[in-house]
Amino acid sequence: MKYSYYPGCSNEKFTGAYETSIQAIAGPLGLELVEIEDWNCCGATEYMALNLTAAYSLIARNLALASKNKDLHQVVAPCSLCYVNLRKCDKYMGTEAALAGRVTQALAEDGLSYKPGTLKVRHLLDVIHDDIGLETLKAKALQPLHGLRVAPYYGCLIVRPEFHNGGDDTEFPTSMDEVIRALGAEVVDFPMKAQCCGGHMTQISQSVGYELIRRILKSAADNQADVIAALCPMCQVNLDAFQGAVNRYFGTETHIPVLYFTQLIGLAMGLPPRHVGIGEELVDARPALSRIGSEMAAEAAEPRKPRKDDKALPMPAPLKRA
Amino acid sequence: MTGTSLGNPFQAEVMAAAPGGEKLVACVQCGTCGGSCPSGPDMDHTPRQLFALINAGERDIVLRSNTPWYCVACYYCTVRCPMEIPITELMYALKRVSVLHKAYDDSKAPDFSKVFIRWVEGFGRSFEVGLMGVHMIRHNPLGAFKIVDMAVGMITKGRMAFTPTRIHGMSGLKRILAKAKELEAQA
Repeated sequence: MKYSYYPGCSNEKFTGAYETSIQAIAGPLGLELVEIEDWNCCGATEYMALNLTAAYSLIARNLALASKNKDLHQVVAPCSLCYVNLRKCDKYMGTEAALAGRVTQALAEDGLSYKPGTLKVRHLLDVIHDDIGLETLKAKALQPLHGLRVAPYYGCLIVRPEFHNGGDDTEFPTSMDEVIRALGAEVVDFPMKAQCCGGHMTQISQSVGYELIRRILKSAADNQADVIAALCPMCQVNLDAFQGAVNRYFGTETHIPVLYFTQLIGLAMGLPPRHVGIGEELVDARPALSRIGSEMAAEAAEPRKPRKDDKALPMPAPLKRA
Repeated sequence: MTGTSLGNPFQAEVMAAAPGGEKLVACVQCGTCGGSCPSGPDMDHTPRQLFALINAGERDIVLRSNTPWYCVACYYCTVRCPMEIPITELMYALKRVSVLHKAYDDSKAPDFSKVFIRWVEGFGRSFEVGLMGVHMIRHNPLGAFKIVDMAVGMITKGRMAFTPTRIHGMSGLKRILAKAKELEAQA
């Protein structure tokens, strides 16, 4: 399966482990990702705060460049924000006539054009879940992640419906849960799975930004997750790189590594951890990964806290997964 | 659509600035937006209150409110709004109107957007080190000491680029953006 690919600026270096793991699993999964030639930044949430026409012209340049390739009709973005921006641009160029007219005129300055609807913009999770499919993932998972407790973190953007084409629930999505179960790992309850990580708020208002991160980390910790699975560079940076600062700010002691779902897929496929960028996370993932016998475990993992006597309360038996 | 007779010039300006913004007049003041908003408790006004102020023509209060700048653009309110008002788009529009008239109270958030975009307009790609560096020096120089461990971690893990990437078609992109800004100013 062949797609146009929009990596996004963060994946160049800031969140390089995401890109490394995507490239490592793409071949074995049968994904051919053709990078859009000379793509530019999507403007994140910043250009839209300043100039509407410039913001959409910046995004539209990428769609115009991608649509030059007449063989490929789908663009894949691994970043939630890039995904939403590209998708919104395609949509509004079809529905907002005045804006579309101005964007078309601006693109013409560089001899470019884009006809809305030419391309279908999709998030990588959607492609792996729907196009690759759970059966293929199960078959490729030669070293299943048995015993690893994963909190699947979707964040906010890819599940809100207006821009979504995967048909997942807007408040309680399950597609990544299914992907992670196909890899043999255990999915924990995670009520905060589709709440926002705050995006750039750590830079605008520390108290607001850190509080949003704290809630998500607490929810994962309360449900005894070994690792949080992320699908967006911004989410990973907020939950991983800011975890120490958030702990200091609130006096908490959360210590949960945050890996990309693509890294988990790579590990389950038996790829060496370094080949999927393990080790670039700031909260060390090795103790958690030692549970699945990963060779990178430098030290023996702390034994997990024994659960309280579960016979003490008359709790219903957990549902059996098919 | 009822309610348009209650309109005012500011309301019209805000509605025109957002894709689908004309739905603002349909707000029934139910408060689902503020109740769903992750940063709602820290906002000067919840979206519901802000919409009532817009409809009442309270231009200065609205443009000086921190509400649009504390919006994290997660679209939770948008998907829950029973009147299908594109609330997130209206928050973006209020940011733009506020920047246009330089009407904001606190320049921290608008400055962050401007620094981000300056790198993009110059190189075609965003540049995290330059962005956070410039923004911290301007708005929170002492805060840098509090995240030293994070910065050291990001550098030693090879996650920091110290030079921005420049796209090849930069001159073309500059022409596109110049034209876009010219058209935006006329719109």
